[in-house]
Amino acid sequence: MEQLPADVWLAIRLTMELAAITTVLLIVVGTPVAWWLARSKAWWKEGVAAVVALPLVLPPTVLGFYLLISLGPDGPGGALAGLWGARTMAFTFEGLVIGSVLFSMPFVVQPIRNAFEAMGNRPLEVAATLRASPRRAFWTVAVPLARPGFLTAAVLGFAHTVGEFGVVLMIGGNIPGETKVLSVAIYDYVETSRWREANILAAGMVVFAFTVILAMMLIEKRSRRAGE
Amino acid sequence: MSSGGIRAAFRGRLGRFALDAAFDAPATGVTGLFGPSGCGKTTILRCVAGLTRLDEGYCAVNGEVWQDGRRFRPAHRRAIGYVFQEASLFPHLSVRRNLLYGAPGGVPPAAGTGVIGFDEVVALLGLARLLDRAPQHLSGGERQRVAVGRALLSQPKLLLMDEPLSALDRQTKEEILPFLERLHASLSLPILYVSHDMAEVERLADHLVLMEAGRVRTSGPLNALQSDPTLPLATSRDASVSLEAVVADYDPAYGLVALEVGGARFIVPSAPGARGEKRRVRIAAGDVSLTREAGGSSTILNILPVRIESASRLGDNEILAVLKLGPDAAGARLLARVTRKSWERLGLTQDMDVFAQVKSVALAPSSSVSSRFE
Repeated sequence: MEQLPADVWLAIRLTMELAAITTVLLIVVGTPVAWWLARSKAWWKEGVAAVVALPLVLPPTVLGFYLLISLGPDGPGGALAGLWGARTMAFTFEGLVIGSVLFSMPFVVQPIRNAFEAMGNRPLEVAATLRASPRRAFWTVAVPLARPGFLTAAVLGFAHTVGEFGVVLMIGGNIPGETKVLSVAIYDYVETSRWREANILAAGMVVFAFTVILAMMLIEKRSRRAGE
Repeated sequence: MSSGGIRAAFRGRLGRFALDAAFDAPATGVTGLFGPSGCGKTTILRCVAGLTRLDEGYCAVNGEVWQDGRRFRPAHRRAIGYVFQEASLFPHLSVRRNLLYGAPGGVPPAAGTGVIGFDEVVALLGLARLLDRAPQHLSGGERQRVAVGRALLSQPKLLLMDEPLSALDRQTKEEILPFLERLHASLSLPILYVSHDMAEVERLADHLVLMEAGRVRTSGPLNALQSDPTLPLATSRDASVSLEAVVADYDPAYGLVALEVGGARFIVPSAPGARGEKRRVRIAAGDVSLTREAGGSSTILNILPVRIESASRLGDNEILAVLKLGPDAAGARLLARVTRKSWERLGLTQDMDVFAQVKSVALAPSSSVSSRFE
């Protein structure tokens, strides 16, 4: 591994950082959304669910295009960036985080929502009859019971962020140490005929993806056995 | 009833089901909400708990208004214990932590005035061996006992039980009923007990609310409703009356206990009982026959003077008679189901003083417990 060039390590580190931050934000933002989708009786909630799920179907370039506009100097992202004296959030690490969160949202919201729905009303009713406030019931009953859903969500959110390409290319560009993540790096190495590095990274991604999927299946199997 | 007890009235629609029910229940003892499946019993219980909200509703417990036109106290602010049909234990918590989930501060409450103690509940429900187990490794009956204990330890002022035995098989039911009878005997806590099984109600309830298609048909003391010939309880094939009895004597030579019941004395085979101990007896209408003279030898131990309070036809060939116990007919009521042929042959009529021959008296197991609650 010593002989890998520094820019490869930089890309790996950046990717891990991006995926980790994104996953944390996804859980923080996705949990209330999933809770609301699982519990609300509003007739328009499936509309919201569809919006959250859009990235599943849209080409990443479409999402990236709109993100580029809204993160740019004339969009709300640009205005936000103005708070710390920057001109734009496009082509920055922060912009990339925002893009990743939106792009991977369905992979986090769906498993958590499913877990909340599978749990049903009963455990929360029991908690209420035992004097637990809705807040306490959420933290001491709903979250522990939905744990397999959270695990799946975290693994999928992380993995999907590691694997994203189209959105990064549209809003992140290719700045080493700032926005040049693994998937873009592989593309870059192929463009510049650095086949050895491309090969190593690509093989690494295959191993990573396999591990993730295997882990997911094991989690699911275990939670199904525990839930009987 | 304005300050003590439970006063409930709910009206509204849930989907296609319409509920319009109002009843009062006493501040102590078990009130059975009885009726066929789908008559709204569970909905009423959920409304009392605050789990279901009907806009037109009134609910007050011991003078505290939980719901009226403007107010609605959410479930977690009502001092209730709720036992669901399925135990619904928290699968991620051990039995001990399940028991303590609703206990104030999450610590095992020590027994004291007006406090239901942890050790008492564990002893009462036989939970000592289960405390460190996971709910997944308990039998159905054990789970339901834990659920009852968990509800009790949240220190409720009212215990609501929604068919707590109906999901269990017959044998498990028989295993749990004595625990519930002990609960009934040792706690002064009022209990609303939903059931469609008369056998459970007969053993547990003191007071009964009869439900029919979303409405309350009538309510009153158990014995009064059981012996009301205009209600389906008395006219059913397995009609019977439940009576509160006090042990008056015990004959160890024959293993017979003498029980004092509202003006009469019954002799019943039984395990030894202490004088003054309370027992509940159940006498089926089919086990009571009538005779005009008490004389003559018979294997039947209990031949008691009664007065025929009323008589009504059951089908074409049977008569249901309501009898009053005691020499001055001031005691408790019994039911007797006899053939029309015998009735006419003996020339029986209303207000006649006769003798009831009681072939069998079912005795609930002793409900005395070592640990008692205030």
